[in-house]
Amino acid sequence: MHLSKIIELVNGNVVINGGVEAVEITSVCSADLLSNVLRYGKKGALLVTCLNQPQVIRSAEISDIPAVLLALGGIPEKDMLALARDKNIVLITTCLPMYTTCGILYTAGLRSCVDDCEE
Amino acid sequence: MMPESGPVEGSFHLMGGDFTNAGSASSELKAKLVKFGVAQNIVRRAAIAAFEAEMNVIIHAVAGTLHYLITTEALTITVTDMGPGIKDIKLAMQEGYSTAPDWVREMGWGAGMGLPNISKHSDAFKLDTVVGEGTTLEMFFYIKERNADG
Repeated sequence: MHLSKIIELVNGNVVINGGVEAVEITSVCSADLLSNVLRYGKKGALLVTCLNQPQVIRSAEISDIPAVLLALGGIPEKDMLALARDKNIVLITTCLPMYTTCGILYTAGLRSCVDDCEE
Repeated sequence: MMPESGPVEGSFHLMGGDFTNAGSASSELKAKLVKFGVAQNIVRRAAIAAFEAEMNVIIHAVAGTLHYLITTEALTITVTDMGPGIKDIKLAMQEGYSTAPDWVREMGWGAGMGLPNISKHSDAFKLDTVVGEGTTLEMFFYIKERNADG
């Protein structure tokens, strides 16, 4: 799904553009634990989180995740903004909570980047 | 797959507690691996494992280094720190076990997944630790085998 469609669905505000026009999202990684992002995140996923600090952008960059959606009206820290700009990661905010955000994206056809939990 | 000039190595200095620059060494390493033409799947796994190891230094140690060596056979990343050491490696390898303080957990780290994630993303790893002195973690990524697999 094109990122612009996602932004429309969640009434998102693009804080850092990062080439949003060219981004296609293939799955969603919803997490507030960065090790979960590193473990389960997939290339081309959208990261939905409430964490507003720069290591979120690092985790996205390292995991080949092109866009971060900050839920629940989160306000990105200054360093987070600077790193997103530097690394060309799209940063979007929405006032919707994570649960609602993910519900909307699921209904629209996007699936989790995790197939199932590992035993 | 490897620079034509032969094996390449380098290192980055890591400063404990420096959360502002945390991950910058792994980020630079990732860029170098891409530049050297290392296969994409290896780059991603190596960057993730390096980032987890780097965060362990930032969270737990005073300082450390991240060293990389690329040969035709393998990529080896060695992270050495001046830190508290690991008292019980078996326990540290257990998912969910962490000694990180609450304020680190509030940042999204310290879930006790660092070493398990390193184990998952590397082809092999070796851990040497001395309590009160520090830890050396060697991570191996086999280039030839992975290439043969396509």
